[in-house]
Amino acid sequence: MIFYIPQDTTALALGSEAVARALQTAGIEPVRNGSRGMFWLEPLLEVDTDQGRIAFGPVSAKDIPSIIDAVESDPTSHALYQGEVAEIPYLKSQQRLTYARAGVGDPVCLDNYQALNGFKGLKNALQMTSQQIVDQVKDSGLRGRGGAAFPAGIKWQTVHDAGADDCQKYIVCNADEGDSGTFADRLVMEADPYQLIEGMIIAGLAVGANQGYIYLRSEYPVAHKLLNTAIERAVAANFLGENIQGSGKTFHLEVRLGAGAYICGEETSLLESLEGKRGMVRAKPPLPAIEGLFGKPTVVNNVLTLAAISSILEQGADTYQNFGMGRSRGTLAIQLAGNIKRGGLIELAFGVTLREVVEDYGQGTYSGRPIRAIQVGGPLGAFLPESQWDTPMDYEAFAAIKAMIGHGGIVVFDDTADMAAQARFAMEFCVVESCGKCTPCRIGSVRGVEVIDRIVANENRDNNLILLHDLCDTMEFGSLCAMGGMTPYPVRSALAHFPEDFSLRDAAGAAQGEN
Amino acid sequence: MGISQNEQQSISDLVGQYKDLPGALLPLLHAIQGDVGYVPDSAVPTIAKGLNLSRAEVHGVISFYHDFKTSPVGRHTVQICRAEACQSMGSRQLEAHAKQTLGIDYGETTVDGSVTLEPVYCLGNCACSPSVRINDDVYARVDADRFDDLVSGLSSEEGATK
Repeated sequence: MIFYIPQDTTALALGSEAVARALQTAGIEPVRNGSRGMFWLEPLLEVDTDQGRIAFGPVSAKDIPSIIDAVESDPTSHALYQGEVAEIPYLKSQQRLTYARAGVGDPVCLDNYQALNGFKGLKNALQMTSQQIVDQVKDSGLRGRGGAAFPAGIKWQTVHDAGADDCQKYIVCNADEGDSGTFADRLVMEADPYQLIEGMIIAGLAVGANQGYIYLRSEYPVAHKLLNTAIERAVAANFLGENIQGSGKTFHLEVRLGAGAYICGEETSLLESLEGKRGMVRAKPPLPAIEGLFGKPTVVNNVLTLAAISSILEQGADTYQNFGMGRSRGTLAIQLAGNIKRGGLIELAFGVTLREVVEDYGQGTYSGRPIRAIQVGGPLGAFLPESQWDTPMDYEAFAAIKAMIGHGGIVVFDDTADMAAQARFAMEFCVVESCGKCTPCRIGSVRGVEVIDRIVANENRDNNLILLHDLCDTMEFGSLCAMGGMTPYPVRSALAHFPEDFSLRDAAGAAQGEN
Repeated sequence: MGISQNEQQSISDLVGQYKDLPGALLPLLHAIQGDVGYVPDSAVPTIAKGLNLSRAEVHGVISFYHDFKTSPVGRHTVQICRAEACQSMGSRQLEAHAKQTLGIDYGETTVDGSVTLEPVYCLGNCACSPSVRINDDVYARVDADRFDDLVSGLSSEEGATK
């Protein structure tokens, strides 16, 4: 019998280390797997038994003796018994491609990865020409999963075609997952890091790059440790380095840590930071695909985009392209977070509605109160009122309602949320995180906080509302990147859908907004 | 702020170790901070000379990133997540509680030098908010009581090692 207890950030944050120690005390050495992404059940203890792989959750150290007894007699009798893990409806109903391996075994065990079809995509890619690989990615319809949804194949083609034959090129993985409500990149890196590594090697083969960097945010210490271990082992097994698997191809990979700057998730700011500079946004053009890292042609892709590459090269472009709707092909990693009963990672084909995600998977709020607003796409995403929850999760459908899917994060707020305070926070966050290069973002955000304060205090209200809308226009159309350009989205949506929160309130309410 | 000769030496050694790495400055600053606990002002000329940068460029990078500290911090760094998912679960109340209990604001250190309090914008633990990071460990579903337990755990740990 094998016991599994996860070592990802959320499971650890909920006490999985103590559970592992309790198992060791009982004489059982557990496998430290990654999480399945069902965070409401973490720490989720899994046991491989004659009756299949069964789960108990959420467990704490004190439950271990009774669980061991139950496993030996009648597991179903235990209060925390969840049945066979693969049969849990939350997981069973998903369409897992990128997360198919998440939680199955030890994330840094190479044998485990290969036993679960790992490196098959790479082996296929090694038999192909670089143009054939780029064509596969184009045919799959894969679009950048970081938020901008740019077709990955077209970006790769540009880098492929750029420069002379011996031109130095780079693959840069954007792992600066700073949006609140997102953890999909983290889960890939902590539960299946080889998939990302494999995707990056394939990207290197496709465009002719021999060096890759993973730019990882410093807020992810667990992912940092696991990625470094995985890279070390991949080098030792000759999946990285010189002459990969005897193919004559070379690819080196290194993890670089960010230093707590949200703006470095913007690709040009990220490149500046990787070069050892302040994370100031660059004007485009030139595109990073032409002049990227150290001025060389560079593919900058999100973790999920690169992770998807390995399944596309393994199963073929058609399989991937068969999922989804309209121009949004493949699967979307939805991250359900905030005030939600059953938060976690839900991988589904594009097209599911927000309501289905929040009500069917999420089962409503954690507090038990009614949902008031849902913010999709991180701190730059709009707050959606109930009338918009039937919108299908598709890039174009969200753009049509002035919202964005972004990186797929969903943050739920109950009816105690103060939407004026949230609008103020959007501006305040922009003050803290703006790189400072362009004026609409740097100054506009400061003025935005001030104007919202005046509106809430009922000071020259009508004129200040006009001013706020005007300021939002200036930021949206005058900023260099999405930071200043999209900060107006949450502000405008809060104003449009929750105007009652912006009226005069008592001293306590104002102080809360003050913070 | 003066630093010891040992610290100055280790900074010089680290500069020597990192200077040929492409884009060396961030990894070097992380390494110095890991070693000394912060990036002392007196390290700036050494770094600038080693990496062939101006002192202004080095200072500009240090001051741009929230992570880099230019003066000593507490023995433990406690970060409270201020991002939206945590706000939806009461992190505004939690940060008020933390500031009051510790008697300090963000960016400050308790008088006994034990805890430095900082804001953080997302720890990627958003399905089980509110989140707090203490040194390299993240904690989920932290309310006022749990916060008090975690912080008192820090001082009792220190008491045990004294």
